[in-house]
Amino acid sequence: MTFSLYLEVLVQGVLTGLVYGLMALGLSVIFGVVRVVNFAHGEFAVLAMYTTFVLFTVLHLDPIVAAIPIAALFFVMGWLLQRFVVQPFIHRPQHDQFILLVGLAIVLVNALLMIFGPDSRHTNLAYSYDSWFVGPIIVDKVRAYAAAAAVVVTAALFAFFRFTLVGTAIRACADNLTGAAVVGLDVKKLYALTFGLGLACAGAAGAIMVALTDVTPMLAPSFTLLAFTIVIIGGLGSMAGALLGGLLIGVAEALASIIVAPSMKSMVSFALLVAVLALRPQGLLGKPAT
Amino acid sequence: MIAHGAIAQILAGVSRRARVLIGGLAIVMLAAPLVLDRYLLSVLILVCLAAYTGQAWNILLGFAGLLSLGHALYLGLGAYVSAALYVHFGIGPWLGVFPAVAVCIVVAASLGWLAFRFRIEGVYFALLTIAFAEVARVGFDHIGFTGGAGGFFLPVRSEDQGQWWNLRGGPTFFYYLALLLAAAAFVLCAALRRSRVGHRWLAVREDPEAARALGIDINRARMSALVLSAAMTGIAGVFQAFYANNLFPSQIFDISRSIDIILAPIIGGVGTLFGPILGAFVLAPLGEVLISITGAIGLNAPGTKALFFGLFLMAIIAGVPSGLWPRLRELLRLRSASR
Amino acid sequence: MSLLSIEGVTKRFRGLVAVDNVSLAVEQGAIFAVIGPNGAGKTTLFNLIAGVFAPDAGTIAFAGERIDRAAPEHVCQLGIARTFQIVRPFPELSVIENAAIGAMLRAGDMDEAYISAGEILRRLDLWDKHARKARELTLPDRKRLEVARALATRPKLLLLDEVMAGLRPTETDRILDILRTINREENITILMIEHVMRAVMALATRVHVLHHGATIAEGTPEEVTRDPRVIESYLGAEAFA
Repeated sequence: MTFSLYLEVLVQGVLTGLVYGLMALGLSVIFGVVRVVNFAHGEFAVLAMYTTFVLFTVLHLDPIVAAIPIAALFFVMGWLLQRFVVQPFIHRPQHDQFILLVGLAIVLVNALLMIFGPDSRHTNLAYSYDSWFVGPIIVDKVRAYAAAAAVVVTAALFAFFRFTLVGTAIRACADNLTGAAVVGLDVKKLYALTFGLGLACAGAAGAIMVALTDVTPMLAPSFTLLAFTIVIIGGLGSMAGALLGGLLIGVAEALASIIVAPSMKSMVSFALLVAVLALRPQGLLGKPAT
Repeated sequence: MIAHGAIAQILAGVSRRARVLIGGLAIVMLAAPLVLDRYLLSVLILVCLAAYTGQAWNILLGFAGLLSLGHALYLGLGAYVSAALYVHFGIGPWLGVFPAVAVCIVVAASLGWLAFRFRIEGVYFALLTIAFAEVARVGFDHIGFTGGAGGFFLPVRSEDQGQWWNLRGGPTFFYYLALLLAAAAFVLCAALRRSRVGHRWLAVREDPEAARALGIDINRARMSALVLSAAMTGIAGVFQAFYANNLFPSQIFDISRSIDIILAPIIGGVGTLFGPILGAFVLAPLGEVLISITGAIGLNAPGTKALFFGLFLMAIIAGVPSGLWPRLRELLRLRSASR
Repeated sequence: MSLLSIEGVTKRFRGLVAVDNVSLAVEQGAIFAVIGPNGAGKTTLFNLIAGVFAPDAGTIAFAGERIDRAAPEHVCQLGIARTFQIVRPFPELSVIENAAIGAMLRAGDMDEAYISAGEILRRLDLWDKHARKARELTLPDRKRLEVARALATRPKLLLLDEVMAGLRPTETDRILDILRTINREENITILMIEHVMRAVMALATRVHVLHHGATIAEGTPEEVTRDPRVIESYLGAEAFA
C-alpha cells in the first residue's frame, strides 16, 4: 500500500502545485514587465482568501466560483496600486521599492490581523470531504476542482499574452523597454495593466486556496516567500518556469509532509531554493545572464 | 600645507556643534536612570537596543549596499546559543557570547559564500536572507534541546539577582549595558566610516564594477560587512536572551523581528551614523505612544502597532527616502558632522 | 620587453566576433592610441585588458606577466588603471572620497590616501570641488574625476576610454596638457581609445587602427593618417558623414 500512498501524495502535490503556480505566475509577470518585486504578493493572496471567506460566510458563494469576481476586483486594485503607489517609485533604487512594498505587506497583514484576529478560519464546503477513487488512489474532489480552476485561469492568461495585441505589447515591454516606448506603447498604462494582472493571479489563487486550507494572517509572509521560491526556482520572468516551479514545490512539500513532518515542509522548499541558486542561479527555465 | 589642514578637517569632520550635541546626549543618557521610572527606563532600553541593532544592520545596507531582511536570524542564533550554554552547561553569557558570535559568523559566512560566489545580488540577496531566517525559525521549532516551538526559558531566581557576571540584574543594569552597546556600535561605525575597509564598502555600494577597477575585491568587502553585521547582531541576541528570559522561535526568528531591526535606520537615514540613533529615538517611544492611544480608544487588537509602523515606513520611504537625520542635520546646521 | 603585449587576442559574443586576432605591443613610456569607427571593438579590447572579460583566444601580458585570466581588481593591483567610457564615479561620495578610494590601494593609511588624493585633485583642477558630491559635477568635471581616480591608484599603465568625447576644445587642451605631463614626469604609459582625432594627433606616439574588430593599420599618427585603408574605412567615412 505504500506505493499508492506515495502516488496519492504525489497527485495531491501536483494539484496543489498548480494553484501555487498560478500565484507565483502573478509575481513573475509583475517582475518580468514592471521590474518591481512585489513583496506584498502573499499578503494580497491572503487578503483574497479573507475576501473569499467573507463571501462564503455571507453569500454562501463557493470559493472556486468566487475566484472570478475576486480576480476582477484584484485586477482593479493592482491597477490602482501601480498607478498611485508604485509608479512614483519606478525610477527609484531597487532597495527603496523593496522597502515600500515591505511596508505595504506589513500594513496588509496587520490590518487582517486586527480585523479577523490571529485564529485560523475554516471554510466548510459541501464537497470538502468527497473524493474519487482513481485506480489504487484517492483524489480529493476539492483539490481537483481547485487545480482545474487554477489551470483555467492560467490558460486564459497565457492566451491573453499569446493572442491579444495588448498581451503582445506587454511581452514586448518585458523584452525591451525602450523598444516598446519607441513604437509608441504607453509604458505606464502597460505597467498598470500588468500589475493588475499580477494581482488578479494572486487574487484568484487566494480564492481557490480557501477551498484547500484554513486561512490566518500568518500565512501571508510564507506565501510571499513561497511565491518567490517558486519563481526563482522556475526562472524569474519565465511564465512556464513559474508553473514548473509551482509543481515542483507542491510535490516537494507534499512528499516532505509524509516523509519528514508537515511542519518541516517549508524547509524542503528552501533547500530546493538554495540548491537552485547554487547550481542554476537563473532558474530552471530562465535565460542565463550574459 | 593647505592639504593637511583640509584633510584634518575632512577626517576629523566633526564640527563643534556636533561635539556639543554628542556630549549633551551622552550626559542625558547617562543620567537618565536617576530621573526615569521603571517603565520609561524599559522604553529607553528598547531605544538603545534599536540603535545598536540598527547600527549593525546599517553597516550592511548603508555602507556595503546589501539589503538584509533576515537579520532576526543572528538575533535568534545569538540568543539561543548563549541561553543554551547557560541553561545546560552553566556557562555565563560573558563567556557564552563568544561561541554565540562564532555561530553567527559561521552562518553569515556560509550565506555570504553562497550569495557572493554565485553573484546573488539585490532582491535575490534579500530573499536569501529571509529564507535563511525562515529555515532557522522552522528548524528551532524542532530542536528539543532548546525547547522547540514551546519556547526556551532561562531560570529567573531571586538569589541570582545582581549576578552581573551572569547578566542577572535590574533594569538599571540592563539599561547601562544597552547604552554601552549602542555607544560602542556608534564609535565603531564612526571609525569604520573613516577606515580603509569602510571606504571599500562605500565603493562597492556605489558601483561594484568601478570598485573592482580600483583594485577592490568586492566579494571580500561584502563578506566582511556581512560577517561584522551578523556578529554585532548576535551580541544583541545574547542581550535579548538574558533580558527577556524567554525565547520562542516563532518570535525571535520571525520576519517581523527583522523588520523591527531595519525600521530605525530607515527612518533615521540609511548610511548615516546618527540615523539609526535618531530612528530609534523616534520609533520606540512612538510605539509606546501608539499602544497607549490605541488602547485608550479601545483599538487594542494585535497588529495595531505594526500596522502603523508599516504606514510609517511607507510614508518615510515615499516622503523622506534619505531619512530624518539629514533633514535634522540641516536644521541644526551640522554640516559635515557625520555622513 | 614591452610593458603591455597583446598577441592574437579574439573575443566573441554569441557568435559575433568583437575582437578578431588583434596583436599589439605598448612600450614603456608610450602614449598609444587605439582608434576606429564605432563598433570596431575598441572598448571590448579595453575590457579584455582590464580583466572584465577573458579572451577566447590569445594572450595578454603586462610587464611579462600573463593577465588574460586575471580579475579586474587583480589587474588594477598589478598597475593598470582604467576609466570607463560612460563615466562612473561614486555618485553619493564626495570628490575627494572618490579619489581617496583610488589612492588607498597604494597608501599606508587613510591619511596618506587623502593627502595623495588631494594632490591629484589639484593637478586635475578639481581641488575647489573636493567636498562636492560626485553626482553634482558637470560632465567635464566627472570625466576629470574619472581620470583622477584612476591616476590615484598610481598605475604604470593608464587606460583611457574616450575621455575627450563631449568636451569643448579648451577643456580638451587642458586634459591633453595634464596627460602629457603625467606621461613625461611620472613615466606613466598611456593607452587610449579616442575619437577626437585632434587629440590623437597631438598626443599619441603610436596609433593602432581597428575596423570590425580586426587590425587594419599601425604606425605613427602621420603614417596612419596617410594609410589608404584607414582613410577609406574610418577617416573617410567620418569625413563624409
